[in-house]
This record gives sequence, C-alpha cells and structure tokens, in this order.
Amino acid sequence: MARRVKLILQAAAVLVVVLLVALLGWKVTDVAEGRGLDAALERGERPVAPQLVLDSLDGEGEIRLADYRGKAVVLNFWASWCEPCKDEAPLLEDVWQRYRDDGLVVLGVDAQDFRSDAQRFVDRFGLTYPMAFDGHGSSLGKFGNTGFPETWFVGRDGRLVGDHFVGPFTREQLEENVRAALDTPAR
Amino acid sequence: MTRRLAFAAVAAALLAAGCGGGGDEQPTLAELEKKFICPTCQTTLELSNAPVADRMRDFIRARLAAGDSEEEIEEALVAQFGEAVLASPPKEGFNLLAWVLPLAGGAIAIAAVAVALRRWSRSRPGAAAPAAGGPPLDPELERRVDEELARFDG
Repeated sequence: MARRVKLILQAAAVLVVVLLVALLGWKVTDVAEGRGLDAALERGERPVAPQLVLDSLDGEGEIRLADYRGKAVVLNFWASWCEPCKDEAPLLEDVWQRYRDDGLVVLGVDAQDFRSDAQRFVDRFGLTYPMAFDGHGSSLGKFGNTGFPETWFVGRDGRLVGDHFVGPFTREQLEENVRAALDTPAR
Repeated sequence: MTRRLAFAAVAAALLAAGCGGGGDEQPTLAELEKKFICPTCQTTLELSNAPVADRMRDFIRARLAAGDSEEEIEEALVAQFGEAVLASPPKEGFNLLAWVLPLAGGAIAIAAVAVALRRWSRSRPGAAAPAAGGPPLDPELERRVDEELARFDG
C-alpha cells in the first residue's frame, strides 16, 4: 500500500514538473513568435503576417487583419506618448487618402496607451484610417516589435513585403513601400 | 424615551461616520506604484521611467486627487491595460493558482523534510544497536583474543 502511494506521489511530482516545463515552453514560443519575421524579410522571403484581432479604438467592434485580405496594408504600431509617431501620423493619413481607392488600407495599432489619450491624438491629427486598440500591447510580440513606432507592410496576399521600419520613416520610404505592397498579387 | 432615541441616532451616525472614514482611506501614489506594472518595461511603476509609466503616474495622481479608492483606480487601469498591469494577480479564478501553488509547494516541502527527519531519527538507534551489543564473536577468535590479553597482562 505504502509503495503504491509512493508511486502515485512520484507520478504526480513528475506530472507537475512536465506541466511547468510545458508552460515555460509555451511562454517562450509565444514571446519569440515574431522574432523571425524581420530576418525572413531581409533574406528576401515574404512570411505570412501574424493574425491580429483587436478592439477598434472607438470601441465599436473588432478589427481583424485577415479581413483586409486582397488589399495592401500599412500596419503602423504607435502610442500617443511616442514623439516620432506625431511626425508620422500626417504622412500615413496622406497615403491613406491618396491610395485608398487603389486598394490600400492604413491600419493603426495603438498599444500600451490610454484609450482616451489615443482618441485625442487621432482627433488632433485628423486621422481617418482604421485604428485598433491594444492597451497592454499583446500584439507587439506577435510581430517581434520592441518599441514605437514600428511599421510593417502587408501585401494583398496577406504576406509581409518591403521593409520593416523600427522608428520613423521618410515620405519617400513610405511611398516606395506602399507601391511595393500594392504591386503584390491578390493570391 | 426621546433621549434614548437621540442617543441611538447619534450612535448610528458616529458608527456610519466611522465606517465611511475607513472606506475613504486612500493609498499614496508611492504605495500604488508598487502595485502596477509598466507595460513597456514590465517592472513596477516605481522602477520605471518609461513615458507610459509617467502617464500612468499622472493618471493615478489625478484619480487620487478626485478621491477614488484603490479598487476604483485598479479597475480603471485594468480596463485600459488588462489584468497584466497588476503586479500581483487577483486572488480569484485561475489566478488563484499563483497564490495557492507556492503555499502548497512550501507545505509539501516542509512535510517531506519532517518525514525525512523522523525516519532519520528513528533509524539512528537501530543503526547504533549492532555496534553497542555487537554480533557474537567467533569462538576461535574469542579464544585467541583471550590468549593475547593474558600474554599482554603477564
């Protein structure tokens, strides 16, 4: 009987250790998910953009990146307290206005921010493109983002294309990457 | 009768004031800075100088000035940043595991040490017994020891 209890206890201990290791592995892979995207782009590959499902900034429904399949997407991660984001905002609004009829979507993801501050930022710069809200910033790890602003370009086929900007971009760089994204095939 | 009623009313008012006073007790900014995590640097606010941490401090300061309780401030920050903004997970649901598991682990470790110590203390007299009484000597060996001792004494 005592031997049987001992065996059960040992099995339980092993199970707990296995569960803890699995939890650690899940956490590590979850955080590291987006780290390979940049390297893949640099190798000339076009990895599939990670899935994003977030609340819209105005609180009215969800925004899914997958819903924009067939369109080219400029995916801009920003926060209201980020200084370079203030310089980029007018450029992003400009390309959105000029290329939306050609199938371009600019999607802003406001992260690690207060919703009210973000809304004030949007009003101040007169931004009309879709805005998603990610208060805690859980979407940042999916892309391997490490700061603000960061910008990715998604082709019409749902794959990343062009450059990944860590920090601000110039008008020319934005234009060049928007054209590259628009030139991708739908499938 | 009237005096009794007046006394009861005053007592009730004092009691209510006492209860209200306890609820109004506000934490300080420094205390709250230890309870919330900066989403950028993943440390408590007191250790972070990230812009979002500054903004969170401003937010807490404003809410404290407005007379909000700790629970109300916590609720507002969780609504913005999710539960991950809390330095300690809430003691409910799945998060309860974070509180229970370390305690359970500690209790199991203490129990294991206690059992091991008990076994160890029991086994010691048993281990010493053969040395004290000793196994019976081989008669031949005993005879030789006696001879050697006799020769030594002589």
